[in-house]
This record gives sequence, C-alpha cells and structure tokens, in this order.
Amino acid sequence: MSRIHVTTTINGDETEYLCEPQDTLLDVLRDELDLTGSKEGCASGDCGACSVMLDGRLVCSCLVLGAEAEGRAVETIEGMASGEELHPLQQAFIDKAALQCGICTPGILVAAKDLLERNPDPTEEEVRYWLAGNLCRCTGYDKIIRAVLDTAADMRGAA
Amino acid sequence: MRFEAPTSPEDAASLLAATDNARVLAGGTDLLVRLRAGQVEPEMIVDIKRIAGIDAITSEDGGWRIGAGVSCAAMGEHDALGADYPGVVEGAELIGSTQVQGRCTMIGNLCNAGPAADSVPAMVAAGAIAHVVGPKGTREAPVFEIPVSPGKTSLAKGEFIASVYLPPRGARGGDAYLRFIPRTEMDIAAVGCAVNLSLADDGTVEKASVVLGAVGPKVIEAAEAAAALIGTTCDDTALAACAEAATAAATPIDDKRGTVEFRKDVTGVLARRAARIAYTRAKGETS
Repeated sequence: MSRIHVTTTINGDETEYLCEPQDTLLDVLRDELDLTGSKEGCASGDCGACSVMLDGRLVCSCLVLGAEAEGRAVETIEGMASGEELHPLQQAFIDKAALQCGICTPGILVAAKDLLERNPDPTEEEVRYWLAGNLCRCTGYDKIIRAVLDTAADMRGAA
Repeated sequence: MRFEAPTSPEDAASLLAATDNARVLAGGTDLLVRLRAGQVEPEMIVDIKRIAGIDAITSEDGGWRIGAGVSCAAMGEHDALGADYPGVVEGAELIGSTQVQGRCTMIGNLCNAGPAADSVPAMVAAGAIAHVVGPKGTREAPVFEIPVSPGKTSLAKGEFIASVYLPPRGARGGDAYLRFIPRTEMDIAAVGCAVNLSLADDGTVEKASVVLGAVGPKVIEAAEAAAALIGTTCDDTALAACAEAATAAATPIDDKRGTVEFRKDVTGVLARRAARIAYTRAKGETS
C-alpha cells in the first residue's frame, strides 16, 4: 500500500507530506515535519498536550489522522509567536511561572489562545472548564489559571 | 489498512459493504483510541466527513436534521437548535473535554452503542429518527432501535447513519438531560436521565417521555415514569410518582462507578429533577 499524499496548510504555509493511513496528525507533525512543539502525552485524547487548531477548532492531534488534514488548515504552537515576539499568553506563562516541566504547556497555550479569541473576558470557572482537557501534573493549575486570567485582562486593556 | 474519504453517501455505503471489517470515521474520538490500543484492526477506514452536507445542522419541516459530521461543539453553538432542544444539546455537550467536543459527534456516540452514552437518552426522548444509508438504499429508524447491547448496533453490513432528525418542537415543549458522575467534568455517566414534554393549552403535560442511560445494557424507555407525568403540572406528587417509576425501571449493574442500589436511587432523583427542568422550559420560563 502506497503512502497517502496530503496537501494542507500549517501555520499559514501550504505544506505537503506523505503518511501511512494509521498515522495521526500528531505523528506527522512531530516525525515528518519536525514540528515537535505538540507533545504526545496519552495518545488517547485525555491529556491535551497535543492540542492544535484544525479549521478553527481546538482538537487533540492524536485523535486526528494525518490523511484527514487534506485541504484543511492546521495551527500549532509553532505559529503562536510573531517572529521573535511572543504571544501575550506565552510571555505571561514565563513571567508568572505558569509551568514547571513544560510538557503540557504548548497544548495549554494553544487551548487558552482559542478561549481568549472566543471569550476575551472569561470567568475563572470558564477558564477551568475550558482547560479541563489539558492535564498538568506539576503546577496544580493555579498559576496557569491566573496567567490566563491576567493575560485576558491585559489584552482587554490593550485593545 | 486503507483510508478512503468518499464524497457521496452511496460511495461510502459501497466501500463499507465491499470490505470486511471496515470502520466509519466521523469525529474519531473513539475510533482512533481503539486503533492505537490495537482493539480494532480494520482493513479500511471510511472518513464520511467529505460527504456534501454531512457537517450541517438544517431546519427541515419544522424540525432539525443533524448530520453525522456535526461536532458536539457545533451543536452547542447553534442557538436555534439549543432553543428547541436544550436537553439534546446539553447531553451532547457533556461528552469529553473542549478538544474532544471539537471532534466528537452525536451520531458517533450513538453508533458506539455504549450504555452510558450521554447524547442518546435525550435523542430517544425527543423521538429522533436516524437516516440510515446502506448498499440497498436508505431507511429511517427510530434512534432507540440503533443500539442493541454494549458495543452492538442494529446496523447491517455496509450501513451507516448519515443524519438524525429531531421532530418539530411544537409550541409548548421542553426537554432536559441530567447525569450523575463521581467528578465534576470529563467522566462517564453512572446514571443519565432525559425527559421530553409537550404541554396542553391549560399547562398540563400532554405527552411525556422519560429515558434512562447507563442503568441497563442499552438506553431504557421508562414508560411508567412518563405516564406518571401525563395530565399533571409536574407537581410534587406527580414528580414523586415519576421518580419511583424511574427507579423501578432502572436495571443497573454494580461496578466501580456505583452500586445497583445507589444507581437506582439516583435514577429517581435525576428523573424528578429533569422533569421539573423540562416542564419549566416547556412553559417558556427560564431554568
């Protein structure tokens, strides 16, 4: 069986790759395209470390086949900063120490960015529910939640 | 393994019929987990999301048609659907995390035939009809008849569900779905209960449906619990009778999520609460 040829858009750039039918989008991102910011935690959609945007929807890339991305638009953590300038969420996570080992951080940043684009003024409860699918075994979540809420307030102030 | 993404329902049915051990891919939130775990080893995966219109929620003859490619998140964002069937939508929205919501589908939830499927009781209570496409053509089947036992459906080889139809809501109708889980989020129901009501002009219940999830090998229609609400205004006496009948109708197993006794008791509690919410919604009041 020949490999599947896929043409898709990743972080705004048209991208082509070959994949096996059973390869997940996460496999393709990490192993074919060297976009290793998305992490494999559970490979079963529970931990959110592989979170990416697919046609404007937050998804676990471990639950998407690489072949499904044909003609779609994928956004990963690698597309979050503008050149050298970090996204306000990325800067806030550093400034407020909202990470320890960092494995869950790319997925949380992608998920939090989607939340703030949909809802610039979320409550703490809304942030916690939105991020319920992003597991972190280091921080205890409080610094993450505060970093997201503080960033939301800063971005509202700047707008 | 082959991957196919047909663009017509007929092509999808042909592929499914012509292949032993083919699997339908919609949201993939169950299939990909099983693939990775080696629980299924299909010869072919048929991605149905390229079929024209399959990702649409459309108004049809006063009711709603929901395609097999519609994510539960998309259902939650559809205000008019949520206004007509808040119970169906809240069941669908209880499945998984934000990430899973972006992919998982109500029809996938139905076709996995899991006893605790959160989106199924409210669909059954609503009288939803599945539009089944197969190699010999199409047929309509009540959603209640799709699951048969844990993991098994009544779909024949080559058949798949392309959409589900929710009938017209009517002027004085309302529904609700509640579940009990040991945590506050991202868990599997120990008990689920949906109630769907239509009221007469005088505010009494004219038609009722009470449907239980996770307390039997498949979804249960609790006819006596529904009958207890007919002709009433969902007063405390009627709700108590409904709860007692729902408890009696539940046939749960003992497992790590709850004992038989606990789950039967919770079934009654949820039936009472869901009936009250559905009645409030049917009267056009906020709940």
